[in-house]
This record gives sequence, structure tokens and C-alpha cells, in this order.
Amino acid sequence: MQYEILIAGFGGQGTLYAGQVLAYGGMDEGKHVTWLPSYGPEMRGGTANCTVVISEDEIGSPTSLHPTAVIAMNLPSLDKYEPMVKSGGWLIVNEDLVNRVPDRKDINIVMVPANTIAREIGNERAANMVLLGALEANLQILPEGAIERSLEANTGEKLKKFVHLNVEALRRGAEYKL
Amino acid sequence: MAKEMIKGNVAVAEAAVRAGLVSYFGYPITPQTELLEYLSARMPELGRAFVQAESELGAINMVYGAACTGLRTMSSSSSPGVSLMTEGISYIYGTEVPAVLVDVMRGGPGLGNIAPSQADYTQIVHGGGHGEYHLIVLAPSSVQEAIDLTGEAFDLAEKYRTLAVILMDGFLGQMMEPCELPPFKEVNMESPDYAVAPKPGRERRFLTSINIDPPAQEKLNIHQMTKWEEITKNEVRYKGYYLEDAEYVVVGFGTCGRIALTAVREAREQGIKVGLLRPVSLSPYPTEVLNELADRAKGFLVVEMNNGQMLDDVVSIVARRAPVHFYGRMGGMVPYPDEIGRAINDMIEAKAANDYVGRDDWLAQMREMIGQGA
Repeated sequence: MQYEILIAGFGGQGTLYAGQVLAYGGMDEGKHVTWLPSYGPEMRGGTANCTVVISEDEIGSPTSLHPTAVIAMNLPSLDKYEPMVKSGGWLIVNEDLVNRVPDRKDINIVMVPANTIAREIGNERAANMVLLGALEANLQILPEGAIERSLEANTGEKLKKFVHLNVEALRRGAEYKL
Repeated sequence: MAKEMIKGNVAVAEAAVRAGLVSYFGYPITPQTELLEYLSARMPELGRAFVQAESELGAINMVYGAACTGLRTMSSSSSPGVSLMTEGISYIYGTEVPAVLVDVMRGGPGLGNIAPSQADYTQIVHGGGHGEYHLIVLAPSSVQEAIDLTGEAFDLAEKYRTLAVILMDGFLGQMMEPCELPPFKEVNMESPDYAVAPKPGRERRFLTSINIDPPAQEKLNIHQMTKWEEITKNEVRYKGYYLEDAEYVVVGFGTCGRIALTAVREAREQGIKVGLLRPVSLSPYPTEVLNELADRAKGFLVVEMNNGQMLDDVVSIVARRAPVHFYGRMGGMVPYPDEIGRAINDMIEAKAANDYVGRDDWLAQMREMIGQGA
């Protein structure tokens, strides 16, 4: 089984970091993983996305035209990537930063008020982890708790103080299991 | 050793450090800058030399000087920067001193853009600089392979007293993958016999690429060709996937090679007997295996992120024994597996003649795709 996850949003929303957390989780579980960022002359407030591929086998393409799942952290990302999701796949949407419901009927849609939840638990910047938690709860790409364990193991000393917040955000997001 | 998640650019830098890199000279350029940035901290930390030169011209000539000591030295850049270095590359080759160069290709020509590309295949594999020379060119397609080939590049450069290039693209430079770094090699500070490093009591040595006397130059050219013959015999590297029973063969290197792997697997699932040949050494080219495949394959599809530069090499090796189709993207565009999958299907449906070369049809298809008409 191979999963292709595209995470998209504004620069500064932590899309690249959310992808890395997922990728580290996959690596620690012994999977083949690629993490590919969009890169360009970009800045805070511009668009940013990354694609994470997790597989049991050697990974060919690190990109996909039809990802298994898309996390759309804002409206431009929803507009751009909703049509790409593989039929039968998953679309996880940050409900707080879009003004419409997705149109697709052939995919699973999970609406998560990620900014609201992140604010509730004390830091709006954890919205990315809320959405990642919702993704993982629904797709179960990795064994239970793998991402939390990987966060503990791979976060440097300077940022250790945020692990607790991120774990809580993941758990709150996981409540949005269809 | 535990696996680590590292970006391609940084992985190559650390692999060079572990291979015993003594000195690095470079100038920043996207999408390669992380390599230089990483070494700017790492090399001084280990008491080794890092110099950000005033330009790429400066950097490659510093490498030239350092290479004359025979100790491990390198530079890295991206397409426009490498163009500036080509004079120095020719001088290094002419002088027969060892060095490693990393080229993280980007879209061109001109200043182009910073997106991934393979548009400098011809420049690096078939020359670029003046005079006649053959570089060793290695094209990784994963972060792990980039690490392994970086170590090998230093060994090969030393063994043959030549310049070895790691040719990759912005995709691989920016991508993170789990990988294992090799153990540290001891740094060799003992200059080889030919080098100009000072040693008390030794006769004065002189390293140069100038040979005013044509017969002497020709003698050196013959020597270098002989050396190249040896490299061609010993140093070919490639990876084959599903080739045993393949009726059709996709040929692609680097990032394009691994994207093609996904397309080949999907075609296999549909029952199409297609395989993938991924040249790892672009120079010397895996001619022999391609030659064997040409005797039995019904068709070839070359995929590249350029206008068909390796295509010319494949066409000359296949030598009209099978049609050679082509699919490429240019300008910093990267093909999706679906596009390559379609090209595989098109190849099979076309039933083209053995002397068919796919570039014209591909170009017509590209014009149609972007709406410019024929």
C-alpha cells in the first residue's frame, strides 16, 4: 500500500512542518518515505505545499497527480487541489479558512475547524497538527501513536516545549474521525 | 546505524565531509545553496577549509589550485554557475588533477528559473568546455544514492586523476528521504607523488594544462583517451527494473528515472511487459546493456526533463534496431507518472518502424498541449 499526501496552505501555516512530522513518523516505522516541498521565490503569505509519499516498497515518483489525501489549510488550496484527490480518497479541510463546502461527491470529506481548536488549546499555530491528527485518524497510515512517538523522538531540545501542545492538537484533530 | 531524514543538498555535503573533503570552494545559487550553507558551518567546525569565492569563476579556479595538491577538494553550483565554471573544468581535466563538482540543475537557458531540470545533460556529459575531455558523470535518483555516489565520486576522481560530477536536479536537492550516512573516512593530508605540495628535498614539480608543442599535446590526448577507455570498461553503473522479460524499455535518469518507475509499475499492473533502464553513470554510459536490450526490445521510450538530450545517445546505440520514442518536459517542469504512462501506451499503439525517433511527434504534442498549434 502506498499513500500520497499533499498538504497545502499559506506560507507560515506550517504545511511543510506537518509533512515532515508525518514523514518522520513513517521513517521511524521503517517505511519508505519521501518529503518533497514546493520551492520557489516564496515568502510568508504566499502558497506553500509539500507531498509526502509513504510506502512499503522503494518509492518511484515523489509527486502524484492524484494524491490519496489532501490537507487544504486555506481556500486557494481547496480550490486548487480538490479536483486532484484520487477518487475514493480523502480531503481534509481547514473549515475556519474556507467559505464553501467541497463539491466532490466521490471522495471522503472531513471539515475541521482547525484554527478554532488550536486557539482553544493555546496556540493558533498548531492548526497544522490538528489537521494532521484528523488525517491520520481517518487514514490510519501508521500504527496508533506512531506520529506522537516520532514527535518526541525527533524534536530538538529547543522546540521540545511545543511537543505537548502538538500532541494535544493531534489528539483533538483525531476526534474528527468519520 | 539509525536512519536520518536529510535533504538531498545537505546529504551530499555531509557525505563529502565523511569522504574526507579537505577543502570546499563555491558561490551560492538556488537550488543548490543549502549544500554550500551547510559546509560553511561544518568545514570550519572540523578545521577544514571553506571559502565562499567572489564568483563561480573564482571558485572553480580555487578548486583547480587545491586539486594540484592532490587532496580532496570540491565545488558545487547550479546550471548558470556551472556554465561560468566550464573553462576551469577544462583546465582541471587538462592538468589531470582530481576534483568533484556537484551540479544541481535548474530550468534554462539563460537565468531561467530555479525549478528542477535535466537540461544540462549535453553540457556535462558531452563537453561544455573547450578541448576534448570526458568527465565521469554520476546521476543519483534518491538521497541515499546521492550520498553513496558522492563518496564514489571522490574515489574515482583520485583513481583516474580526473573530474567527477554529481549531476542532479532541484527536486533531489530539496527532497528529504530517510538515509544512512557512511562512517567518517580519515582525512588524507599526504599529497600524491604528482602533486605540487611542498616536500623538503624533492625536485621542483610543475602542473599545467599548457602544451605549446603539438606532438606533446597529442601524446597527452592519446593518454587521456586511453584512460577514458579504461574508465568506460570499469566504471559503468546503472539500475534495471523489470527488464528480464521486458518487451518495451523506458530509459530515464535521476529524478525522471524514478518518476518513470511509478509509471512502469502501473503499466505492469495492466499486464504490459515494460521495464526501466536507469543509467546511474551518464558518462561512461551503460552502452552494453542498452545494446543487448536493443536486440530484443520492441520499442524504447526515453524520458527526460529536457528536449531529448540523452535521446540522441540512446538513438545512436539502438541504431535502428527498434523505434525510440520520447517524452520530456522542459523549462523546470517535472512530468507526472501519468504522463509517462500515457507515453508508454502511445508507444505500444504506434507500432512505429525501427528507424522511428520520437522527438518531432513529441514536440507537436507539446505545442498542442500548450495551445500553440502546429
